[in-house]
Amino acid sequence: MAGTGQVPAGTTPVAPKNADVPQTRMARALRESLIAGALAAILGFFFLALRTDIVTGGLNVTTRWGLWLTAIAIVFAGRMALNLFWFDRDWGSGKPARKTIVAALPSGKTVGRVALLFALVLPFLFMALFPNKDRQFIDLSILIMTYIMLGWGLNIVVGLAGLLDLGYVAFYAVGAYSFGLSAHYLGLGFWTALPMAGLLAATWGLILGFPVLRLRGDYLAIVTLAFGEMIRIVLINWNDFTGGPNGISGIPKPTFFGLEIGRGEGSFGDVFGIPYDPIHRFVFLYYIILVLALLTNFVTMRLRRLPIGRAWEALREDEIACRSLGINTRNTKLSAFSIGAMFAGFAGSFFATRQGFISPESFTFLESAIILAIVVLGGLGSQIGIVIASVVMVGGIELLRNLNFLKQVFGPSFEPTEFRMLIFGLAMVVIMVWKPRGLVSTREPSATLKEKKLIKADQVAQGEGH
Amino acid sequence: MSTQSRSVHRWKDDPVLTVEHMSMRFGGLLAINNLSFEVGRGDITALIGPNGAGKTTVFNCVTGFYKPTEGRIVARHGTGAQVAAVEHATTKGKRWHSTDAGAVFLLERMPDYEISQKAKVARTFQNIRLFSGMTLLENLLVAQHNPLMVASGYTIGGILGLKSFKRAEKAATEKAAYWLDHVGLIDRADDAAGDLPYGDQRRLEIARAMCLEPLVLCLDEPAAGLNPRESADLNLLLRYIRETHGTSILLIEHDMGVVMEISDHVIVLDYGVKIADGDAAEVKSDPRVVAAYLGVDDEAEIDVPEVRKDLIEVTGRTKKGAGDE
Repeated sequence: MAGTGQVPAGTTPVAPKNADVPQTRMARALRESLIAGALAAILGFFFLALRTDIVTGGLNVTTRWGLWLTAIAIVFAGRMALNLFWFDRDWGSGKPARKTIVAALPSGKTVGRVALLFALVLPFLFMALFPNKDRQFIDLSILIMTYIMLGWGLNIVVGLAGLLDLGYVAFYAVGAYSFGLSAHYLGLGFWTALPMAGLLAATWGLILGFPVLRLRGDYLAIVTLAFGEMIRIVLINWNDFTGGPNGISGIPKPTFFGLEIGRGEGSFGDVFGIPYDPIHRFVFLYYIILVLALLTNFVTMRLRRLPIGRAWEALREDEIACRSLGINTRNTKLSAFSIGAMFAGFAGSFFATRQGFISPESFTFLESAIILAIVVLGGLGSQIGIVIASVVMVGGIELLRNLNFLKQVFGPSFEPTEFRMLIFGLAMVVIMVWKPRGLVSTREPSATLKEKKLIKADQVAQGEGH
Repeated sequence: MSTQSRSVHRWKDDPVLTVEHMSMRFGGLLAINNLSFEVGRGDITALIGPNGAGKTTVFNCVTGFYKPTEGRIVARHGTGAQVAAVEHATTKGKRWHSTDAGAVFLLERMPDYEISQKAKVARTFQNIRLFSGMTLLENLLVAQHNPLMVASGYTIGGILGLKSFKRAEKAATEKAAYWLDHVGLIDRADDAAGDLPYGDQRRLEIARAMCLEPLVLCLDEPAAGLNPRESADLNLLLRYIRETHGTSILLIEHDMGVVMEISDHVIVLDYGVKIADGDAAEVKSDPRVVAAYLGVDDEAEIDVPEVRKDLIEVTGRTKKGAGDE
C-alpha cells in the first residue's frame, strides 16, 4: 500500500504528494513498529518473560509477563515515534535548513576570540563563583588545557599531514623525562628544561620518524604504536637512570621570574605583598599551560599558511602528486612528525612540573588513544574542534564522577561511577554516528583569491591509515 | 632505421630530452625493450600506441616514479645535444652537470621530486591526481612549493612574517591567477578542486604542472574523457603553452584527432618496442603502425614484405598478427 501511494507522488506535482504522505507515513510507521515490537517479543521472551533462579536441587522458573509486555510496548512506541518524527522528516528541506544554521552561527574567528577571552579569565571566574571548589576546577582546567595542547600538537601530524600516529605519547614521555632527569641529575629548573624538552622530543621525532615514515597506511600506524611502547618499556627497565617503575619524584615547581610560588621569604606572595594562598600555584600553572597551548595554536595556524603547511595538507591529499610537484615527501613528513613531537615535549615537561612526580605508568597507550580520539572527534585539522573535543572528553569523564544524583533516581544500591565509562562510550558512539568526520569537519582554505569558502568534509582526504 | 632517414628531423639536433636504450623489467615482464627516442626542444611530441604498449611506463621512468632497469634518460637545459657534458656526468657518476652552454640532467639517477624541481620535467597523471580537498588556488600554490620554501627562509622567516616572503607569496598567487585565467578557471579559484567537473580538472592539472615552469611537460592522456569542444580547447591551450612559454610537450594520447593535429613528432610504441618515429604524416602511412592499431587479420597483409619483416622483429614470430593477442 505504501508503494501505490508513492508512485503517483513521484510522477505528479506537489499537491497530491502532500495529500498522500500522512496516510502512507502512518501506515508504514505502524507496520515497522509492529515488526519491531514482534522482534522485541521474541528476543525478550527468554530474557524478560522467563526468569530462572538457582534453588537447591535445580532451577526455579518464574514468569514475568507484565515486564515482557511493558518492554514490547516501549519498543513499539519508540519505533513509532522514531518513524513519525525522525526517519520520515523531509530530508530534502532538512539540508538547506542545516546550512542556514551554519551561516547563522558566528564565524570560527569570533568563536575563537570568545573562547580565548573565557580561557583568560577562567581561574578568577572559578575563584569568584565556586570558592569551595575552585582548586578542583582549576586543576581540571589545567588537565583539559594540557590535552588541548597535546591535541593541537598531534593535529599537525594526523590532521594536517595525514600520518596516523598511535605512539604520540612517547614524545610526551620524552618531554616529561627530559625535565625530570635534568632536574634530578643536573638541578635544572623548569624554564631552562622547557626548550630542551621540546628540542629533545623533536630530535626523537626525527630519529623515530626516519625509519617509520617509509611505511604507509596501517603499517605506519602499527609501527608508531610499537615505537610508543618501546620508549615506555625502556623507561621501565632502565632502572639505574630513570628509576624504573618507581619513577622520579621531587621535580621542582616552576618559578615566576625566579620567584617561587609558595610561603616564606622571597616568594612570589612575599615580594608582591599578596597573602599566601595555595590557589596561587594552581592559577600560575594554569597560565603557563595556557600560554604553551596558545603558542602551539599560533605556530600551527602560521604554519598552515606557509608552504610547509600547505605541503603537509597536500601530502595528506595525494602523496604521488606531491612528488610530481617537486616536494621532498620524506623531509616534509619528518618536519610534521618532529614539530608535532616538539609540542608534545613541551606539554610533557609541563606535566612533570605539575605532578612533581613522573613514572612510566602515566605514558601508556591509553594516553595516545585519548589524544587521538580528541583529534578525530574534534575533526581532523580543526583547531576549535579539538578544544571542544578536549572539554567534552576530559571534562566529560570527570563530570561523570559526580553522578550521585542518579542514586535518587535508581535507588541507593546504584553505583553511578561504575557506569561512567559506559555513558562515555555511548556518547562517543552517538557523536561519531551524528558527525562521522568530527565535530568541525569543514576545512578552511589556507589562501584565498577573492572570497573564502569552506570546503566540505567529503572532499578532504584523511590521509594514511584511516 | 628506415623511417628516420626519410626526412630531416630537427629533434635529433636539439633534443630537450633523450631516452637512450631504456629497458624496464617488472619481474618476468619486459615492459620496455631497448627504447630510444628524442624529444625536440619546443616540439609537441606524441607517444602513441595500443593499450598496454608501455607508454605510461615510459612516463614513469622519465619522471622518476620508476627506475629503469637499463638505459639513460637525459634532460638538457640550454641548446644543443651537449654530448661532452652528458659523457662527463655519466662517467663521473654525477646526477647533473652544468656548463656554460646549459646543464644536463641524468634523470634515471635522480629521485622523482628532484626531476620536477631541478631538471624541470613536470607531469600530469592518467587518472587525475589533484588535491581535491584544497582550493584551485592552493593546488597551484603547492606546485610552487620549492621557490616559496626558499622565500620563507625554510619556514623560519615565514613564521616571523618577513616582508620578502610576503612579496614572494604575492608573486606566487599572481602566477597562479595567471594560469587559472588561461585555463578558464579563474572564477572558481576559491572552490575545492574536487568539486570541478572532469574536463576542468584535467585543465587544472595542466595549470598546476605549468606552475613549476617546466622545460618539458609530460601529459598522460590529457584529452581522455573530454568532449570535442573541450578537446579543441585543449589543443589551443597546448599550442599557447608551447608558443608563449617555450615549453616542450611530450604527450600520451589515444585521440588521433588531437595527435595528428598538433604533434610535430610522433613516436609509436607497441609491446614496449618503438615501431615508428617521425612526423605525423610519416607515421600515419607507416604499415607497421597500421598493423599495430588495426591488427593484421589475414596472411595477405602479413605478406607485405616490410610488415612481415617488422612483425618478426617485433614479436619474434612469423605467423600470428600482433593485434591478435
